Amino acid sequence: MIKPIIAGLGLAAVLPALALAECAEVSQGDLSVRAAWSRATIGTARPAVFYVTIQNNGSTDDRLTGIETRVAGMPMLHETVTKDGVASMPHADAIDIPAGKTVSLAPGGYHGMLMNLEAELKEGESFPVTLQFEKAGEVSIDTEVLPIRAREAACGVAP
Amino acid sequence: MRRRTLILGGAGLLAAFGFMLTLGAWQSGDLPWQEKKAASAARIRAADPSAMTWQLTSHEGEQVEPQDWLGQANLVFFGFTWCPDVCPMTLLNISDWLEELGPDADRLAGHLVTVDPERDNPEVLADYLSNFDPRITGLTGTPAEIARAAEAFGATYRRVLRQDGDYTMDHTSGVLVFRADGRLARIIDLHENPQAAVPKIRQALKQEG
Repeated sequence: MIKPIIAGLGLAAVLPALALAECAEVSQGDLSVRAAWSRATIGTARPAVFYVTIQNNGSTDDRLTGIETRVAGMPMLHETVTKDGVASMPHADAIDIPAGKTVSLAPGGYHGMLMNLEAELKEGESFPVTLQFEKAGEVSIDTEVLPIRAREAACGVAP
Repeated sequence: MRRRTLILGGAGLLAAFGFMLTLGAWQSGDLPWQEKKAASAARIRAADPSAMTWQLTSHEGEQVEPQDWLGQANLVFFGFTWCPDVCPMTLLNISDWLEELGPDADRLAGHLVTVDPERDNPEVLADYLSNFDPRITGLTGTPAEIARAAEAFGATYRRVLRQDGDYTMDHTSGVLVFRADGRLARIIDLHENPQAAVPKIRQALKQEG
């Protein structure tokens, strides 16, 4: 009886903290990378997902060409495409990050697919993901594992 | 003869364009695939559970038939639990809609019909769905049973092999909204604003009878 109450209080204390959490942000060259998140997984058989926001503050276009992470044996860039009502997830060779623009890998669009997971992704944990850019080089960012029901990064996605 | 050449040429161009867009083999049968999907869209619009004959197994191990749905409005989504992006997002949307509808959702049920029955058995569905609103039922069956149900709803799905030998599924991604009398009220597309869906569902619930 007491445990659920304590758990509830704990959750109540954590939720506002999550809502107000600041996005980790990493800048390199013209790019700033922030709001990296993933969803908790059940076991390791299912692929996990990777979402992030990338801002290009420079005057030259760049491209995200790949991702690497120790938590997955086969991380890839994918895009959810809906055609005639049917969703598919083709592999994306690269994602354009045009000069002066912000590009989000977000639910229903571009996303990283983390296949061959090394371990279950547990809510509250985080893991590093290295993004490979054509011009800016490699940028590593800490990725928060949010509940399966998460819709966006805990810090929200800044415009 | 000339017209045929033109059409064939056009088809070739379309196929080439599709190929460039996706660089994937999954689109190589461009034209026949599209025709099938257009036909499928018409079938979805004509879907009516009161006239269907499928039988599926729920995540709780119960046999479910379309007649069990009559008298309640239904949200139906074809997906699978190995799906990292579209399916959690859609189940999250349905969960939020059910909660936002409040008492209006009392006569509304949500259903995830798996297009991946090989992996999504009742236990797997139960485990996965425990993360979402408990009013969402998972439905699975033998591959033949799933094929029959999908056909009845006009939904399509297709297994796509991955580089590492594993596979993923392409699938109809809209949420079908059925009135209590079985008629399809509307399809909520994946890219519609999820917040705008609740008034649409409410309207569908009101229009019954």
